[in-house]
Amino acid sequence: MIAGVAPRDLPDHQRVVITGLGLTSPNGNTWEAYREGLLTGRSGVREYEIRYIGQTLAGVCDFDPLKYQSRKESRRGTRAGGIAIYCARGAVEHSGIDWDNTDRSRVGIYIGVTEHGNVETENEIYEIKGYDYDTAYWSHHHNPRTVANNPAGEVALSLGVVGPHYTIGAACAAGNAGIIQGVQMLRLGDCDLALAGGVSESIHTFGIFAGFKSQGALAVHTDPTRASRPFDMDRNGIVVSEGGCLFVLERLSDARARKAQIYGEILGYAMNTDATDFVLPNPDRQAECMGLALRRAHLAPSDIDIVSTHATGTASGDSQECIALRKVFDGSGGTRFNNTKSFIGHTMGAAGALELAGNLASFQDRTCHATINVDVLDPDCALPGLILNEPQELSHANTILNNSFGMLGINSVVIVGRYT
Amino acid sequence: MTPAEIRDEILDILDNIAPDDDLSNLKDEIPFRDQMELDSMDFLDIVMELRKRYRVQIPEEDYPQLASMQSTCTYLAPRMLDLERIAR
Repeated sequence: MIAGVAPRDLPDHQRVVITGLGLTSPNGNTWEAYREGLLTGRSGVREYEIRYIGQTLAGVCDFDPLKYQSRKESRRGTRAGGIAIYCARGAVEHSGIDWDNTDRSRVGIYIGVTEHGNVETENEIYEIKGYDYDTAYWSHHHNPRTVANNPAGEVALSLGVVGPHYTIGAACAAGNAGIIQGVQMLRLGDCDLALAGGVSESIHTFGIFAGFKSQGALAVHTDPTRASRPFDMDRNGIVVSEGGCLFVLERLSDARARKAQIYGEILGYAMNTDATDFVLPNPDRQAECMGLALRRAHLAPSDIDIVSTHATGTASGDSQECIALRKVFDGSGGTRFNNTKSFIGHTMGAAGALELAGNLASFQDRTCHATINVDVLDPDCALPGLILNEPQELSHANTILNNSFGMLGINSVVIVGRYT
Repeated sequence: MTPAEIRDEILDILDNIAPDDDLSNLKDEIPFRDQMELDSMDFLDIVMELRKRYRVQIPEEDYPQLASMQSTCTYLAPRMLDLERIAR
């Protein structure tokens, strides 16, 4: 972003807009179904079993992997790759772009991931256990499945993209980081169209469940749909989920030239680092990240209509984010706050992108979806504009600030505005 | 294993590797690659599956023997004569 120039005053070739999106979420495999789920309180969390852990809870996607892949392609690739292809091809279709006549060397693929490769490595170790750990039985597919660029590379193969493709490893800030990378590459002229966002296959690695459980941060509840409960007094941890969301990003000049429908404009973004702890968040740095994104967007906190919070349902994380939110939004009476993880759990690398997509629909329906599963609001999380349990119609919905934070103190914020 | 049993086993492996292909008209004397979409990773899948199912070891220099169903069965017949599938 150019310092001193408001984003909407930039020339059209420096303004970046959203012209399409594709997603799969535990509660919907299209933007419409997902939004309907968020407005009607439909959870995507269910009982789930995985080796060594046994019964637990997870957000599971039920998209048809054969919609865009042959059975052989699906078998050859990874779950993250399959999710990414489903999202990417859905996004391209949604954008209405003439794909057959799109220069594939000018398309960039930028996909955020929390982690990648654990699923396949665990599977291989489990497999060779049956052969006395003889590595002669280790699959030749392991390396192409576990290289960190795998999900983006699978999209490139599926769509014939020969421009840049890579993933951005950014813990649970990755979805926003993918979007930010896409915006930056468009502004640099590195590509003309960016497929950007995040994906996660993490529910297929027992290690992530075991790690959160050992950390005392894995949610448990007798009713799976009630397990993900950020801001509630009885919250007890994270529901691990899979999912993905990729946006089609274009320069405004290109979008206007092809008369594309524009769903939103990237007005600001920021990433920074706590540098204080491996897992515990730092509200000062989170607040600084939000403040930097607001300054770049040339917006005041009171200009933000909806804040999409990151809160995951842990005791510490939720209250720390609320400290940061109060620092930034104190006095912004009209700003509403919600939390999408309460519906779908924590989709890890996809979270930033999916949660933005869930809120992006508010530009059309002028409704702020709620934070569900709050029976008794934690006083530490009692933000004035927090939308609890039922969606709220708004007089206007023109700006969204999307928080996404992760381990090792990585913070990301994206601000999107209605295109005018 | 008889050559016919080996053929059935290879067909089962191919069905897993190339689930979109119709194998009912597979010609034994024609190379797999001339009839199916198979790449080098797929051939390694055949080798790996035989290793896992029967512990049969196929050295890399012998991979060209797996070009067609006919050559594969001819190559494997003496090596799998006394082998049975390992239950896992």
